[in-house]
Amino acid sequence: MRLAAPVKPTPAKTEQIILFRVSGQLFAVSSASVQEVRSTDSMSGSETEISVPGLRKVRHVVRRGDRSLFIVNGAMHFGLHATEGGLLFVLRKTRTALLIDGIDKMATMTRLQALPLSFCHEERQWYRGLTALDQSVIPVVKPEGFLSPEELALLDAALLEADNTAAAAHEETESPQ
Amino acid sequence: MTVSAELELQSFVLLRLGERRFAVSANQIAELVAPSRVFRFPHRTSRLEGVILRRGRIVPVCDVSEMLVGKRLSSRRFYLIAVRNYGPQREWIAIPVTGECELINAEMMAAAESDVPHVGGWLSHDGDVIEVLNLDALTPGQEHPRAQAAAPHTAEARP
Repeated sequence: MRLAAPVKPTPAKTEQIILFRVSGQLFAVSSASVQEVRSTDSMSGSETEISVPGLRKVRHVVRRGDRSLFIVNGAMHFGLHATEGGLLFVLRKTRTALLIDGIDKMATMTRLQALPLSFCHEERQWYRGLTALDQSVIPVVKPEGFLSPEELALLDAALLEADNTAAAAHEETESPQ
Repeated sequence: MTVSAELELQSFVLLRLGERRFAVSANQIAELVAPSRVFRFPHRTSRLEGVILRRGRIVPVCDVSEMLVGKRLSSRRFYLIAVRNYGPQREWIAIPVTGECELINAEMMAAAESDVPHVGGWLSHDGDVIEVLNLDALTPGQEHPRAQAAAPHTAEARP
């Protein structure tokens, strides 16, 4: 008699996450979404100021070739008490560099639970869902949720205007008297 | 009591918020639990305090006292965990209450057009006229949530 082959338990699908703090509040992001972690000091000099009325969470932009990365202040984005922020997460497949206080630790997420449907405002754009870790519940951020297409359009327009102004000023100084 | 009158009786759970009592259809109640740690995180939905962990599920906590009795609860004895409908989807929601809950059978009178949307009906019990709550109108949420692209290992919070 042949016995049926034992069924191998399928391993639970897991995801590596980075736990980080913004204004004391703990968040998580998929480590696969973070392209670079930089200290704010290492960025100084390469960033330029940008100002868009009504969009206070973005104050600086970093140019990388023909690509612009907008630095989003995490505390302002989430409506928390503003903090200095010491680290930047350059988020993959986005134009966002997220300013955070610091990294707490790396962890493994085994289950991501959808944000309950009672949460029905901007937070639905902010979070992929919630995860329970060490008897605590942590929101898992959505990398593309920090800047909406409308906000990106406003920032691009402000950037273009700043470039045009700079070009005009440069032409004035270069032109013969 | 006639058979027809018996058939009209429904089960309700009476909950207490301060000095007042309200009713919720017993079909919508999952359980009554002791208060546990509320996990808070930034969001923009009013009346939601955060979430609790219950049997591995993440359940939002919604304080309805300000809307029903005009002030926030200073103390809470239990969370009444109820089912809330969001269009075709159903999820649990935890409502803080200040006292013991009671299961009763009563006949509900339909709400009038002039009643506020969270009043699903009225019932009479122990000499009191009690509001039957329509949790779908009382607690926040999109009525027709768009289907969300779920990660492969994402599980929806469903009762």
